[in-house]
Amino acid sequence: MAAKSRCIILGASHAAAQLAPTLRQQGWTGSISMISNEYALPYHRPPLSKDYLAGTKTAEQILIRPAAVYSKCNVGITMGVTAAAIDRSNKQLLLDDGMALDYDKLVLTTGARVRKIDIPGVDLNGVFYLRDLNDAQQIKMFTGANKRAVIIGGGYIGLETASALRKLGMQVTVLEAMPRILQRVTAPEVAAFYSRIHAEEGVEIVADVQAVSISGAKQVESVQCHDGTEYEADIVIIGVGVIPNTELAEQAGLKIDNGIVVDEYARTSDEDILAAGDCTSHYNPIYQRHLRLESVQNALDQASVAANTICGNLKPYSALPWFWSDQYDLKLQIAGLSQGYTDVVVRGDIDGSRSFAAFYMREGKLLAVDAVNRPQEFMFGKKLIMQGNQLDTAQLADDSLSLKTLLTS
Amino acid sequence: MPRVTYIQADGQSQEVNLEAGSSLMQGAVDNMIDGIVAECGGSCSCATCHCYIDADWIDRVEPAEEMETDLLDCVSEPKDNSRLSCQVKVSDDLDGLVVHLPTTQF
Repeated sequence: MAAKSRCIILGASHAAAQLAPTLRQQGWTGSISMISNEYALPYHRPPLSKDYLAGTKTAEQILIRPAAVYSKCNVGITMGVTAAAIDRSNKQLLLDDGMALDYDKLVLTTGARVRKIDIPGVDLNGVFYLRDLNDAQQIKMFTGANKRAVIIGGGYIGLETASALRKLGMQVTVLEAMPRILQRVTAPEVAAFYSRIHAEEGVEIVADVQAVSISGAKQVESVQCHDGTEYEADIVIIGVGVIPNTELAEQAGLKIDNGIVVDEYARTSDEDILAAGDCTSHYNPIYQRHLRLESVQNALDQASVAANTICGNLKPYSALPWFWSDQYDLKLQIAGLSQGYTDVVVRGDIDGSRSFAAFYMREGKLLAVDAVNRPQEFMFGKKLIMQGNQLDTAQLADDSLSLKTLLTS
Repeated sequence: MPRVTYIQADGQSQEVNLEAGSSLMQGAVDNMIDGIVAECGGSCSCATCHCYIDADWIDRVEPAEEMETDLLDCVSEPKDNSRLSCQVKVSDDLDGLVVHLPTTQF
């Protein structure tokens, strides 16, 4: 490649922090520019609803890499600017300040943004979403012992936030619109487990309830629900999912299908434009379908694939998705995707203890594992999913039997 | 700043200075040392930052907690001196520490 080749990375995300140094390691000698609409170097997002919110980690401690790494790799970083358009015919990224940046390779690591809800009072002071560092910084200013927090949305973000706010001594209520928390992502058994734990920790979880308005004079004071109930609040945090940032790609005519469509080499429908992370939709050979993942693992792995592709090393992306969620003393590790499961096998005392594994099965094969404080079930579970063998459910449920013994060598 | 040597499975080594209090994993990531993947960013969740503490140093490193030892049972090629590098904090007492990296994190 020519030394003057230019690579632009749009979005200073997990994927970007992986991509830029990997490009250098793979021998990219051209320029690398990272463009961000935030004002921070790429940081770990998961701690925003955990250690950062609870105050046990600072903004500096959640940086993915220190500033020195980017200067060492000669990565130019422009913060606080938003991209307006991609001009594919002239191979330029147009910024909202009027600048036009030439690229040879453009990588979209634009991530996702929060899904907003449209109810009266949602713009009141003290009402927040949680996605980026700025959100978390604002939220922290409203936290404090004995203050009341209402969280709208009983997904992982909502529940992790509840856990962090309880650590700070706040009174926390979680409102979930569906009949149970974690409805979209876990089995009823696992949801019941988390409901019990949060109750034991003093969090009030109310399911099957729709927040219809938020009220307060200047600042939030309460949340009203469809059934006439009302919850007092000093702060409201809304966590009802995310939407991939695909608009720029779509306007540029790239193929979109629940995310920016990329091939196994992280290339979009334009070979000079690649994409990685939450904003993409890719074909996963293990589950044999297109996936759009909201996951650190996917962001890092796909970014590495993209860097390799740009440097001419075509390495197809094929990874088992995995996720984690920390709440209280519980470390949940999730291997694989459970969608389409027909049976759940539980190992351990899910009703009384703080440690279990739930195996999601289809036609006798393991699709996914939710492991709480069970690292071995998670680690060997990953391998069992990859092996794809028929498994005996009695053995999976038998806590005296190491999962290792079920692996075929 | 404690000095740490990371030695790859193929014998290549890199010496770097780490901030006291940072982890061996962060030190590897900050210095772009191959062989440490660290998918979870240091929350003891993924076991992709596996390393071996050099035999001369193993007794001077704080022992692993249960979560970590459980994960270490599942890595490729576990040994008595296996550790997850995200859980090993460096201090001035560990100046000169030598760390060996495995052939694979998966």
